Amino acid sequence: MRFRAKIVDLACLNHFSRGVWSGSPRNAALLPPGVINTIAKLAKACTLRLTVSKLYFILSDKVANGGVSMWCELCQGNFFDEFQMEGVAAEHNEIYLELVPENLSRALRTAQSAKAVKIKLTNKHCPCLRVAVELPSLSSSSRIVTHDIPVGVIPRRLWNDFREPSVPDFDVSIYLPALKTMKSVVERMKNLSSSIVIEANLSGEMNLKIETDLVSVTTHFKDLGNPPWDIVSNRIVHFILLHEDVSLQYFIPALA
Amino acid sequence: MPLCTQPPASGEPYVLAASLDNARHLSSLLRAVHFQDHATCFATANGLRVTVEDAKCIQANAFVQAEIFQEFAVQEESVTFRINLSVLLDCLTIFGTTSLPGTSTALRMCYRGYGYPLMLFLEEGGVVTVCKINTQEPEDLLDFDFCSTKVVNKIILQSEGLREAFAELDMTSEVLQIIMSPDKPYFRLSTFGNAGSAHLDYPRDSDLMEAFQCNQTQTNRYKISLLKPSAKALALSCKVSIRTNAQGFLSLQYMIRNEDGQICFVEYYCCPDEDITEAEL
Repeated sequence: MRFRAKIVDLACLNHFSRGVWSGSPRNAALLPPGVINTIAKLAKACTLRLTVSKLYFILSDKVANGGVSMWCELCQGNFFDEFQMEGVAAEHNEIYLELVPENLSRALRTAQSAKAVKIKLTNKHCPCLRVAVELPSLSSSSRIVTHDIPVGVIPRRLWNDFREPSVPDFDVSIYLPALKTMKSVVERMKNLSSSIVIEANLSGEMNLKIETDLVSVTTHFKDLGNPPWDIVSNRIVHFILLHEDVSLQYFIPALA
Repeated sequence: MPLCTQPPASGEPYVLAASLDNARHLSSLLRAVHFQDHATCFATANGLRVTVEDAKCIQANAFVQAEIFQEFAVQEESVTFRINLSVLLDCLTIFGTTSLPGTSTALRMCYRGYGYPLMLFLEEGGVVTVCKINTQEPEDLLDFDFCSTKVVNKIILQSEGLREAFAELDMTSEVLQIIMSPDKPYFRLSTFGNAGSAHLDYPRDSDLMEAFQCNQTQTNRYKISLLKPSAKALALSCKVSIRTNAQGFLSLQYMIRNEDGQICFVEYYCCPDEDITEAEL
């Protein structure tokens, strides 16, 4: 089992870790913050699956109907200049690691003005992802900051727990409104109630509602498009965020 | 920005109906008095007054006069209700507190009367939010009985002069002492904290002093924890008037200019902590 990768392009590094993609995005409201930072906010611990062409960050939540609750897929070629992976066995050319994404996020924070970042799977005393950040220096020899992030190797017999969720039968699918507006509304609603009702129909309308003894608030969005395939069932809300080279799926079980 | 929402079908008339093109004109003022969860709203044909009190010692009032609203109609002589101010503010700012220049949240507010909830209709960029906030029985409010004939000392200062002082108040001091006098030190703010005492003097001929009408030397102390929330009103204001009466009660009146240049007022009243009226320099 071997894994070795290198990022040299600063823009790729920022997109991967913390910053906003610089360039001319089609829709500024849809720009995700760095992938690792987002994952770190969504999960305390998650699974990193490495294949020859992709990285996956997976959160498997046994509480939520025994299925996967977060699935993030990245094409390694969009981020890494070098990527070498040898899985646990020839027929199973993949590696599954358990890690704390906040540790990775913190390590990558030191790489803001890095010349290069190398990531390597090591096993000196225990399995670790070694993140070596090469920083510019005034002298001829570079400064290297190394972070050892402990990881757990997930044995092959447990890999089934992390299968990509199949798309169940859904009733309605809808494009979300401008995320900035939705984020404000949801943040305010969070102050008022611990649960929210989401309604959507096939005419491009969506409602967010909260109701408590003190107050009820309903926000109506309209003129949202309905994509041809399905998103919302009445048991699980499935959010799919699509950006150029990242797709993030997040599942929230309904309370009722 | 036109509201694209229909007000609800009204079989009964609303005792209070108001429209505001920019909800921030109301929300920013309410934040300046938001130091308790509950507030009393009092509406007359002149406008809206929102009052917050604490410990029977401090009262803050935010005034939004009828002219600020695009529509303001009150069917009875006065309309009063108590409401959760934190919830009201969360609803008024449902679309966020900052927005792109040129966009604003439009507001329509309706109240059917005693026992009914307050209805808010907010719209920004084609998205509509409807809020229904339960109201409560209004409580008796303190009357500080501050009219101009009973004022002993009065100063009007430009707010920028006080802002830094208030932001840097030594919070380890239990009280803020205010001396107002026709003689030196004229106007002095003092604190007595763990590290020692601090005094800040404003001379009567200072550029920041717009009016100085002090007839009698007065030294009064106020609980600093009660006055600290007034810093929010100070931060928004351009001018502040500081008045005391014979009992040492303090009135702070803040003149606030909103984004459209209209003037609104917020005032804070505070009881003195101890009564020291003998001349003390």
